[in-house]
Amino acid sequence: MNGRKSFGAKKGGRGAAGAQGKDGQRRPMFRRRKVCKFCSDKIDDINYKDVKLLLPFVPERAKILPRRISGTCALHQRKLRVALMRARQLALIPYTAE
Amino acid sequence: MTRKYELVYVVSPEASDDQVADLHTQVEAIVQRVGGGAIERTDNWGRRRLAYEIGRHKEGTYVLEVINGTGELMKEIDRRLKVTDLIIRHLVVRVDEQQAVIERMKARRTATSQRRRVARGLPADRLPGEGQRGDADDDRDDRFEIGNERGDR
Repeated sequence: MNGRKSFGAKKGGRGAAGAQGKDGQRRPMFRRRKVCKFCSDKIDDINYKDVKLLLPFVPERAKILPRRISGTCALHQRKLRVALMRARQLALIPYTAE
Repeated sequence: MTRKYELVYVVSPEASDDQVADLHTQVEAIVQRVGGGAIERTDNWGRRRLAYEIGRHKEGTYVLEVINGTGELMKEIDRRLKVTDLIIRHLVVRVDEQQAVIERMKARRTATSQRRRVARGLPADRLPGEGQRGDADDDRDDRFEIGNERGDR
């Protein structure tokens, strides 16, 4: 979900860079409210075997994406952390990337 | 006290299919020897790239076993897997409690949605014609993106 949003934003920027600057001035503080992916998609089971689900939460450096960026709620972030750490142990997800 | 466990082990890429099958029979033998347990399901994920090197291995064959058994049994399996050279990594996780929690959450969710639907004068279950919210959202987003591209050109 997040990926698509940023993709769209990039497109707009490429299309009309000047207009976007104006846009920024008009509404300087507007930021879309983040929602927890697991709450909104009703995913109950955050499983360590589901690499496709976990991968968006490990950016390039392979650290766990913090809550303030992903918008995940506290409950799901805790579950996500456990799942990520199990997946790491099985080499499904890296510990680090240089 | 039998509990449900998941065991995942990563077999060295040098192992042949026969050796992988042999490891499965070894685990089965331990389950039978210790007693009071059974393998519920076995799933071979096949050969996968490892996310990082484990002792110069870059690939591994993943096998998942769902085992009903006691803690003693899992302890014994864990010990045996640790000393098996062919297995480069393994993980034992108890899953029955989490699964119960998930079932409960799902049941509660359907119950609330049914209650609300009835309160709104709709049939309790969603009809096949009614679109799922997620799918509809996706469709709309795609159309929006295509429209945008046309606008740019």
